[in-house]
Amino acid sequence: MEQQLKNIKAEAIEEIRKAKDSLKLDEARVKFLGKKGALTSILRSMGGLSPQERPIIGKLANEVREDIERALEEALKEVKEKEKAARLSLESIDITMPGRNSEIGNLHPITKVLDEIKEIFFGMGFSIAEGPEVELDYYNFEALNIPKNHPARDEQDTFYISDSVVLRTQTSPVQIRTMENIKPPIRIIAPGRVYRSDAVDATHSPTFHQIEGLVVDKGITMANLYGTLDTFAKKFFGEKTRTRFRPHHFPFTEPSAEMDISCHVCDGKGCRVCKGSGWIEILGSGMVHPDVLRKGGIDPEVYSGFAFGMGLERIVMKKFEIDDIRLFYENDIRFLKQF
Amino acid sequence: MKVPYKWLCEYVNIDKNINEAADALTISGSKVEEVIEFGKEIDRVVTGKIIKTEKHPDADKLTICKVDVKDEVIQIVTGASNIKEGDIVPVALHGSSLPGGVKIKKGKLRGVESNGMLCSEVELGIADENSVHGIMILKEDTPIGEDIKKILGLEGGIIDFEITSNRADCFSVYGIAREAAATFDKELKKIETSFNETDDSIDNYLSVEVKSSLCRRYAARMIKDVKIGPSPEWMQEKLRQCDIRPINNIVDITNYVMLELGQPMHAFDYRYVKGKKIIVRTAQDDEKFKTLDGVERNLNSSMLVIADGERPIGIAGVMGGENSEIKEDTTAVIFECANFDGTNVRLTSKKLGLRTDASSKYEKDIDPNLIDIALNRACHLVELLGAGKVAKGVIDIYENRVEPYTLKVSPEWINKFLGIEIEKEEMRKILKNLEMKVYGDDVFEIEVPTFRQDVKIKEDVAEEIIRIYGYDKIPVKKIIGETVEAQWTLEQTLIKKVKNVMVSCGLYEAMTYSFISPKVFSLINLPENHELRNTVNILNPLGEDFSVMKTTGIPSLLECLKRNYKRDNKEVKLFEISKVYIPSGNQLPNEYDKLIIGMYGKVDFFDLKGVIENLLNVLGIDKAEFEREENSSIFHPGRTAKLLVRKKNAGILGEIHPNVAENYEIEDRVYVAEIDLKTLFDAAKNEKRYKPLPKFPAVSRDIAMLLDENISVSDIEKAILREGKELIESVKLFDVYKGKQIPEGLRSLAFSLTFRAEDRTLKDEEVNKVHESIINRLKEKFNAQLR
Ligand SMILES: [Zn+2]
Repeated sequence: MEQQLKNIKAEAIEEIRKAKDSLKLDEARVKFLGKKGALTSILRSMGGLSPQERPIIGKLANEVREDIERALEEALKEVKEKEKAARLSLESIDITMPGRNSEIGNLHPITKVLDEIKEIFFGMGFSIAEGPEVELDYYNFEALNIPKNHPARDEQDTFYISDSVVLRTQTSPVQIRTMENIKPPIRIIAPGRVYRSDAVDATHSPTFHQIEGLVVDKGITMANLYGTLDTFAKKFFGEKTRTRFRPHHFPFTEPSAEMDISCHVCDGKGCRVCKGSGWIEILGSGMVHPDVLRKGGIDPEVYSGFAFGMGLERIVMKKFEIDDIRLFYENDIRFLKQF
Repeated sequence: MKVPYKWLCEYVNIDKNINEAADALTISGSKVEEVIEFGKEIDRVVTGKIIKTEKHPDADKLTICKVDVKDEVIQIVTGASNIKEGDIVPVALHGSSLPGGVKIKKGKLRGVESNGMLCSEVELGIADENSVHGIMILKEDTPIGEDIKKILGLEGGIIDFEITSNRADCFSVYGIAREAAATFDKELKKIETSFNETDDSIDNYLSVEVKSSLCRRYAARMIKDVKIGPSPEWMQEKLRQCDIRPINNIVDITNYVMLELGQPMHAFDYRYVKGKKIIVRTAQDDEKFKTLDGVERNLNSSMLVIADGERPIGIAGVMGGENSEIKEDTTAVIFECANFDGTNVRLTSKKLGLRTDASSKYEKDIDPNLIDIALNRACHLVELLGAGKVAKGVIDIYENRVEPYTLKVSPEWINKFLGIEIEKEEMRKILKNLEMKVYGDDVFEIEVPTFRQDVKIKEDVAEEIIRIYGYDKIPVKKIIGETVEAQWTLEQTLIKKVKNVMVSCGLYEAMTYSFISPKVFSLINLPENHELRNTVNILNPLGEDFSVMKTTGIPSLLECLKRNYKRDNKEVKLFEISKVYIPSGNQLPNEYDKLIIGMYGKVDFFDLKGVIENLLNVLGIDKAEFEREENSSIFHPGRTAKLLVRKKNAGILGEIHPNVAENYEIEDRVYVAEIDLKTLFDAAKNEKRYKPLPKFPAVSRDIAMLLDENISVSDIEKAILREGKELIESVKLFDVYKGKQIPEGLRSLAFSLTFRAEDRTLKDEEVNKVHESIINRLKEKFNAQLR
């Protein structure tokens, strides 16, 4: 009997060792440990043993069972590991296939650049002011030192709604409206649409966007104008950007200055983009003319200020190297997706 | 305005090359548009003397020349036949460059060494191909070994300035010279104006009468014994460089003075001045007049003319008449040197469509006192050129003399205003160089010459000083003082939110023109008398397509969809935040912000509605309803909704009526919305409040039922919510079915209901009770059959 048990154990261990999957292991379990299994039948036949033999064989039988169970357990663990590994390799996917996503749209490039500019000026303490696009001649011209028949009116071919109402040709009327409404210190930018009766071509549009700026306070100097615009240029065009101010003439500022920035393409050495000069004209600016301050209800003997204005499309075109202004207003989805 | 650099240097000794001078003048306020350099591409070309020629041994047509270029004698082989020993010619040395990027190098011609090239005018770029042949032969006394550019006057060039409208005084070579003198701190040379008069007085020949205040000054001189002929080469060359065609000595003098001093002049042939009289008057309406260019002009009473005793002989400040033109046999001339109202000249020139050199100078309003020097200068030139004799005396009608202007400003204020420290004496020097007289010390009393009408206030003086001192010397300073709290306004924040929602819903932002054609109202099927057809109209539009301001943003966005559709873009979803301009009865219209959405491709009504729902959600608007809209002619009657926010009409969304889609040539279903942003923003909750998360579990129940297909989902939902009272948390449609097994005219709807109490776990019996009462209510009210 003792030998029988040893044989069962050896047989079982051998079969377990051979088993390749959990199914075979289960079969082995049934075969040796099941209700009708080899070990069970031996234990059943133990009734025929002498009382001296019974505990010895019983102990031995238990040891054999434990050994088989342990072997089964170990084998099962191993098989499971193998099976898991096999499943993982079966479940491999082509991760180069496209992801599943809901389409995200995009803002217009003009909006994007404008938002960037707004953030820069927020950082310098500017708020945003607004004014109507259909504007009184008074705000667009008269109050800005451009009386009727002034040559500047010819230069800015104006759309008229009536004798006294125009489509604003510049964002500058917001200067007067702002001064009428708030007292110094004033620090605002006023972005918006303006209109000039220019026939449509690659560089002209009857509608475009400008950003106006106005600062009025006690003791504001031309050096502050430089400081503000130089900071803006470095933040927007890059730290390496140099600025240059040139005298110019605008009826509503005195002194007036145009600001050039060093050409970002050739870094000021001269190239096609900057027409060989190394500089690119970006904006007009100046110290607010005392007549304009007066029109806004501000005493020029107490306060001074500066103003500036820039064309947004031009800047966006430079930034993205877009060569045709009409693309902004065509809204071809293939264009809008690029920014 | 073109200024020949050499001419400029006659008045100021600028010891800089043309490009350095142009840069410096730009920085001091005379903006240079372009520098046109002569002989820019010519390098290492010198004068040389041919000392020996011999035939090439192997080529009949080639000549071997020994050329003395002062430092050495070099051998050059040439194919030209017009040379002989002793000729002085331009020689391109080894390593030289010629126009067109031509480089000259040593080489052999048919076996004979050639160490350079003899040049023709064509090769030097100073004549065109057809006008000359052969090598350029220079004058016998030309020194050899000299740079050809110096010999031919090819140094320097022309500077083209952009003159701003306030600087009429800069509209001349001398005016720019004055700027240059101040810029480079050099002396400005005086203009030579001396001449002799005959004994015969102008009064014997002419009287002048000025009948209009549009003529501020009228001066005339009489030139007798005139001999018409060509003007000298130096004068012609300057005129040509400034794009003026030389005509004859008298006409050239008037043009020369205009270029030099900025004062337009005119010469009348005395023979044709009828009645010994010049009358400056306004024209009669419909008066006909033939100008010098041979074109008959129709005048009117807004225009000023120069007339003789009988008829007009010139349009003031614009152009003279054919009837009094200088001819070859002219023997007596009247020089007109006058000053006219700039605006009137500009308007006349605009009305006639005739812009001339004279009118473009006059329209800037030039200084009436410029006449004195200009007229004298013209007489000086007449004498210099031997073109005639100047009769005694001048007729000069000048009623309101313009006097120099005086203003006071302290140097201290100027420094404070500019944010800089400039020495008082430096300021004084700058102003003096600009021909301003400066008195005083702590406070400058400045006498501004009459040609500087743009200097009227102390800020103007500050500009004069800083632009000459150097704009680049102003330091860069941050603004100090009270900082203002900068942030988005509520409305700006909300607009940003709207844009963000649109972008996250997959829409692309569009921008369209603010003006439209009135015809688009018919394209979108808008009825004839619809209020949106009442537009703000542009009096002078670019064309009908741009003639009225938008009252709705839909047509412009449809136009964009059309363009995309035509270009074969399959899936397009756009939005725009656009202003509309609604006549208000006041001077200015009302401007409202609208959100316009337009899409086609794999989309339907519910995609569009979903976008709007997302927007309402983000803006925190809970009191919004969609109501069926069957009466908009723009939209599909069965697929359109009105958006109500707090019971107010906030806009419309739906499928475009097929007729409209056809008008826009889009063969696809198009979904469009137009939402009024103010109505949304008024209802927007910007501050959200936290609600505690539920502590007790929810219970869900589903209901599926058959209903008349005309009963709307929202009516059912409302009924469920009302009946479910405080226990129902939400109701959600999860299935709609029509077709097989469903009787005609009915549809099957399935809803998922969620019940929850705030303070306890609901018991099944409680839920069953409510659920049953809901079912009963639906049976009763809508005749619902449970499935
Ligand atoms: Zn460049």
